[in-house]
Formats: sequence, C-alpha cells, structure tokens
Amino acid sequence: MIDERRGGRPPVPVPVFVLAAVATAFFALPLAGLLWRAPWSKAWQYLTADDALTALRLSLVCSLWATAISFVLGVPLAWVLARVDFPGRGVVRALCTLSMVIPPVVGGVALFFALGRRGIVGQYLDQWFGIRLPFTTAGVVVAQTFVAMPFLIITVEAALRQMDRRVEDAARTLGASSWYTFRRVTLPAIRPALIAGGVLAWARALGEFGATITFAGNFPGTTQTLPLAVYLGLETNPEEAIVLSLVLIAISFAVLVGLRDRWFGTGNRAELLA
Amino acid sequence: MSLEASIGVQVGTLDLRAELTVADGELLALLGPNGAGKSTALRALAGLRPIHQGHIRVDGAVLDDPTTNTFVPPEQRPIGVVFQDYLLFEHMTVLENVAFGLRARTTPKADARRCAHEWLERVGLASMAQDRPRALSGGQAQRVALARALATDPRVLLLDEPLAALDAGTRAAVRRDLRQHLASFAGMRLLVTHDPVDAYALADRVAVLEGGRIVQSGTLAEVTAHPRSRYVADLVGVNLVSGSVEGGVLHTERGAAVVIADAPNGPAFAVIRPHSLTLTRETPAGASSRNVWEGIITDIDRLGERARVGIEGLLPLTAEITLAALDALALRPGDEVHVAAKATDIEVYPA
Amino acid sequence: MPRPTALLLAAVALLGLGTAACGSDGTVAPSTTSADFTTVSGEIVVFAASSLTDAFTEIGDAFTAANPDAKVTFSFAASSELVAQIDQGAPADVFASADQKNMTKLTDKSKIAGQPTVFATNMLQIVVEPGNPKGIATVDDLAQRDLVVVTCDPEVPCGKYATQLFTNAGVSVTPKSLEQNVKAVITKVTSGEADAGVVYITDVLAAGDKAAGVDIPADVNVTAEYPIGVTTAAPNAIGAQAFVDFVNSTDGRKILSSFGFGAP
Repeated sequence: MIDERRGGRPPVPVPVFVLAAVATAFFALPLAGLLWRAPWSKAWQYLTADDALTALRLSLVCSLWATAISFVLGVPLAWVLARVDFPGRGVVRALCTLSMVIPPVVGGVALFFALGRRGIVGQYLDQWFGIRLPFTTAGVVVAQTFVAMPFLIITVEAALRQMDRRVEDAARTLGASSWYTFRRVTLPAIRPALIAGGVLAWARALGEFGATITFAGNFPGTTQTLPLAVYLGLETNPEEAIVLSLVLIAISFAVLVGLRDRWFGTGNRAELLA
Repeated sequence: MSLEASIGVQVGTLDLRAELTVADGELLALLGPNGAGKSTALRALAGLRPIHQGHIRVDGAVLDDPTTNTFVPPEQRPIGVVFQDYLLFEHMTVLENVAFGLRARTTPKADARRCAHEWLERVGLASMAQDRPRALSGGQAQRVALARALATDPRVLLLDEPLAALDAGTRAAVRRDLRQHLASFAGMRLLVTHDPVDAYALADRVAVLEGGRIVQSGTLAEVTAHPRSRYVADLVGVNLVSGSVEGGVLHTERGAAVVIADAPNGPAFAVIRPHSLTLTRETPAGASSRNVWEGIITDIDRLGERARVGIEGLLPLTAEITLAALDALALRPGDEVHVAAKATDIEVYPA
Repeated sequence: MPRPTALLLAAVALLGLGTAACGSDGTVAPSTTSADFTTVSGEIVVFAASSLTDAFTEIGDAFTAANPDAKVTFSFAASSELVAQIDQGAPADVFASADQKNMTKLTDKSKIAGQPTVFATNMLQIVVEPGNPKGIATVDDLAQRDLVVVTCDPEVPCGKYATQLFTNAGVSVTPKSLEQNVKAVITKVTSGEADAGVVYITDVLAAGDKAAGVDIPADVNVTAEYPIGVTTAAPNAIGAQAFVDFVNSTDGRKILSSFGFGAP
C-alpha cells in the first residue's frame, strides 16, 4: 500500500481535475452525438457503396502522398529554420506556417493564383509541360500538403531546437560527415517528433476540405475525397454523411491511439527531447 | 610527433590565447576554473569551433590555420573525444555506439561490429553489447565513450571533464579504471578538468588555464610548489602575494609591505602559509624581524582542531590557528586583529 | 493570485450565465401584439438561399425604409443547410428556398405556417470568361472534350438542374468538377481554371464584368422556383408575414427583377 500523502504522487488538484473533465466532455460529446444519430441498420449499406469506397480510397492515397511530400520537404525546412541563422528567418517561418491559420478556402484560391492555369507558376506548368493541377488528383495532394506540412515543420523544428546538439558534435568527432550525422544521429534523436508531426500532418490532410474543394474541385474518383463526399452528402442524405464521417473519425482515432501507445508510450523517448 | 596548438578564440567575454604542446605518449591535463576557456580550447582542437588566430598541428599536419585559410573539419581530424556527459547515442545499442565511428568511415558492417566487440571486451563491457546506453551506470557509460572514441584509432584523445558527471562515491573507482585504460593508449592525450585530483592521478604534466591564458605549466608538484595564480594558490590552500621586491621588502599593488628574508629585486610572488601566521588583538611587542599587518576578520571556518580565519585589510590573508588560540582571543567576525609572520617563513620566487 | 477554486467557480458561473442568456434570447416574445400589420417592429430573422444574397439585401433595405421600427437580419447559406438549421430549432422567422424540394422538407414536418408561395423564378445560363474566348454558343458546345466544364454537384439544386438541362438538350457533358455551390462554379470560371460552367442567370449578372453569360434556349432550359414562407415557430410572426408580403409586392418584384429573377 502506498500512502499518497507520504510516498506517492501528489493528488490531482480538484479544479484541475474538474476542468480536465469538462475539456474531455467537450470533445467527447460531439462524437457521442454522431454515434447517437448514426443509422446503424443502414451503415453497412452506405459504407460499401461504390461512391463511399472510392472517396475513402482516394482520401487515404492522397493524404499519404501529402504526408510523404511533407516529410521530404518539411524536415529539411525545419532543420534550416532550427539550425541556420539567417536574416529574415522569422519571416520565412511565419510564411511557411501561414497556411495553418488562413481559412483553407482562401488557401485554395491562393493556390489557384500560384499553380492554376493562369497562376504565376501554373501558366508555365501548363504551357511548357502540359501539367494542370486543378481538377486532378495531384491537385488534391498539393492542396492537402499546403495545409498539412506546417504541422510537421513546427513539431520537428521544436524538437531540433530542444535536442542536445553536442550529440551531433560527438558524431562529427567520430568521423561522421554532416549528412551522415543528420541521417544516423539527428533524425533518430527526434524520432518521436517526426512521428508526432507526421501523424498530425496526415490527420490534417485526411480531414482537409476547404482548400481541396476550392483548388482541386470535386469529382468522384479523381478529386472527391471523403470530407467532400460527406459535405455534399449532407445536402441530400445526412444519414450517409454521418456514416462516412464516422469512418473518417474511426480511421484517424485508431491511428492516433495506436501510435500513442507504441511510440509516445512510456515516456522514455520523450525524455530524450526534454 | 606531437600536438602543437596556439589557440586564439574570442567568444563573448572570453579571450582565449593558449599555447599547448602534447608529446607522443604524454597526458597533459588542462586545469582551470569554470569559464577559463578549457572547453573552448578542447572544441577548437576537435574542430568544433574554428580558431581566430594561431594554428593547430598534429604530427606536423596543419588542422587549422586562419592565415592560410586551412580548416580540417572534425570528421577528418585524427582526434577522438570523450565528452563530459559521454553523449552516447541513446537510440543505438552499446555495440552500435562503439561501431559508429568505423561505420561512418565506411568500414563494412561486419568488420565494424567485430572491432567494436573487441573494444568492449577490452573495457570489460562485452556482456552489455546489446544494451541501450540508458541501462549503463556512469562509469560504464564512460568506458563505452572511451571505447567509442578509441575504436577509430585516433592519434590524439581529448577528454572533457570525464569524471565530473559521476557522483562522489564512484568517482575514485572510475578514476582508477580510467587511469588503467588511458595507459593502454599510446597517442597524445589531453584531459580537461577543474579537479586537481584528476590531474594528479592521470596526468604527466599540467597546464593551468585561467582567464583564457596559460598561467603555469609543468608537473603537478612543480606547479603546486610555486603557485603563480590565485586559482592554484587556492587549490593548494596558501596565501599568494604578488608584487615587486626592493631591498628585501615586497610591495604589493595596494601598498602593503611584506618583509622577506632574501630575494633579488624585481617582480615576485610570495607564498605565505596560513599556519605560519599568528593573530593578536594588541600590537605584538618587540620582534622587529616580524611582519605585522592589521586587518578585520571577515569569516571563521572551524575545521576539526583548527580554524581558518579570513582577514580583510591592505593585505588580504587567510590564517590557520588552533581552536584553543581562537577561544583564548575570543575572535569574532568584524573584530580588528594584528597578523604577524616571520620573514623566514615566507617563500619568495621571481614572477 | 486568485485561488484556483475561485477561478473555477467564475468559469462555471460564466458558462451558466451564457446558457441562460442564450435561452432567453431564443424565446423572447415579439414586443408588439398589435393586430395592425402596418406597424411592424422588432427583429425579423430571414433565412434565405445564397443565390438571393444581393437581391434580398436590397429588399431588406427597402423594407426597413418603409418600416423604421423593424430590423431585418439575414442568414444566407445553401438551402439544405438552412433547412437543417431550422429543423434543429434555429430561430428563423422567414425561410426563402432556392428550390421546392428543400421547402417541402420543412412543410412535411409542419415547420412552415400555411402554404409557401413562389415569389421568383430563375433560369440557367452558361457562364464563360469575358469575351467568350472559346466561342461557346450552345449547350451542345459544352460536350467538346478539350473544354473544361464545371457544374454544381447533382446533390445541390443548381447541379440537379444542370443534369436536367443536359438531358433536355440531349448532350453528354462530363464536368471536370462538381462544385458545392454556384459561387464556386463562378470562381472556377473567373479565375480561368474552367472554360465554362452552368449557373443561374442571376449569378452571371452578379459577377458583373468578370464573367459573361451565354443564353440557353427556353425549350431546353430549366426553371427554378423560389418559394418563401413563415416558419411555424417564428418569434416574430407578424414581422415575418409583413416581410413575405413585401417580397411579393410590386416593389419587391421590381428589385428581384433587377437582379435577373423572373416573375412566378
């Protein structure tokens, strides 16, 4: 028996506990609402409908592509922001995380002006290479990457700033080039942040709606992701929309819960970052 | 075959200008207080911080020389480092840690692992090869860090406060261990420490770094016999007075006069041992051969049978007297005292 | 430093007050009980389809000019969203829908007092870039394969009408995108991403010189009917009826027609 007053952990202060409970309820109740209104008897029928499966497949494929691109471009950017002291760094950081705060629909319109058929760069993509992003699956990936990558960048940059850089020094003195050090020492040291940032970015991409429908449009099979299908489903068939949202929630929830236990779990990794 | 360095680095308020030479097979301890520039010097030697003036050469090869724009990056220097907190790679096993340097130099994986295993056997940790660094004790982690640094076969080994991270209970045992392992490395070794006990136990020669300058160097016995800095004097526990000798009297900058037995004129240091001082409340009568200074007691530390008394005055001193004498005089901080010393008890040597 | 318990109590008190305020807001009775419909006062909350935004805003101004004691508050959104909100108890006095289907959803649940009236009609038009660079003249032209055509999603009224139009004209058109509303179609065309779209005449008019319209012959065109009605739970039933009457009046019709709407 552990006597809490003497040997154990301090008890949770009552106000903290109550407020935490309120916060939990705040998140749990809307989900409960969806579950409550879900047409369970018809759920299977909605889920296995071709439209739903097509949208689900497209959502998964696009969000994974967006996450992959975020890693390839976002991790180096985070490294530069964390490690290279250059004038205007603050401006660059703000610029690269702006898409987190601007309304996604505005982001979609901005993407038009940049990458659309008449856009700053898009017109040349069209003229020289015949590449048109709007109304294509690639356009969906671009829109999702645009809104999702900042989540990875800020998570990874914070981890890079917190990590003990002397570990990298140690690697250098052992004969490791800066690139070898980056791959074999730096990246493994911030692995929890890479996973957390990746999951956040992926979840954001999976739920992306505004930028996607604005920039890439909505067409089943090419650009209609699950959130778009849900939104348009609300117009005519709210029941189907609820079932589809629950699928989206279930997938994200499973990934978040699963990763948490596996990677963030015991706190050993987190100590590394602390 | 040696390490020759003339390190000039300016960082913040630190202006480091240090000349260091380490012969093949020699272990030099760089001893000094915190902030003296020891770690900066070590980082400069390792190539983790470019120098602003001077040069760094190992076996004649230039590693860093701003005048010729030469800078060999750390990964290409024949220098291994054992860092203060050992800085093992937490995501790798102990074996992978030791094999890291070889792998980074594109040694095939199997060869690197075999070599790493041999090193672990040498430091007596072969049984922990597959453990994570987290599972190691401080002393074990230090041995892994040593094996990791030596596995790449460097010419120079740098050790940054290798015992500072350990608790007092294990430090002595680990120090003995380290001494044994360091003896098996034939190259040049440089140990950075603030603890003279480390220097005494491990080093052939000591260089004292204070305020960015090497103030003294030689064997530890030489250095402590004739302190040339406040830091070394404090380590040894003596009063160090610097000034200028003129006709058998040493005059300090603040204007105090110390009568000495005999010494040539010119700048000099005087060592006054605390137990050679006597304290009185009144002016001691007669005794013309004695030095007598006035001062005010600032603090009193009782140490077993004796007490150390700090005195502030024209000549700040620490005196060591018996508890009996202390009680007889009923001294308290703030009291005015007279401090007396025989000229023959004062050791003087040229600065 | 305030004690944590005090902070908590304050937070709970705020929450409580918030709910109380919301409740009283929603149930406040119209201040006037006079049967005289010429003295309209209080706030009138109008839920209207987004295609009515410009026209109704002007009608609202005209209405309050005639009834200085009244205040009209609009909520413009897709008809289906408004239906869902009214169904969930949103405090709307008037509902103006862009199609009969959405209005029926409410009348079926007796959420509309009496019979809704059709106050305007709308027709489809092909929207193209100014100057019609692709030279689109007929609905048949939309079938060209190199043409980027967008329409509304068939799940929303304008998309349903577009599908109907293509059937009437006997053309097979494959849109590149099925947009969630008319405004999105217009945006795709004005930004140059799409060559043509199918929208309401009123929307092409509203886009001004940023877009041009290509008329569709009446024999294949589709007429959208806009019904309006007072909600059963209207907090300000008198004001609501006055507003509906104003929309159906000559003045109201005149404004609607200036925005391209047809008479019922």
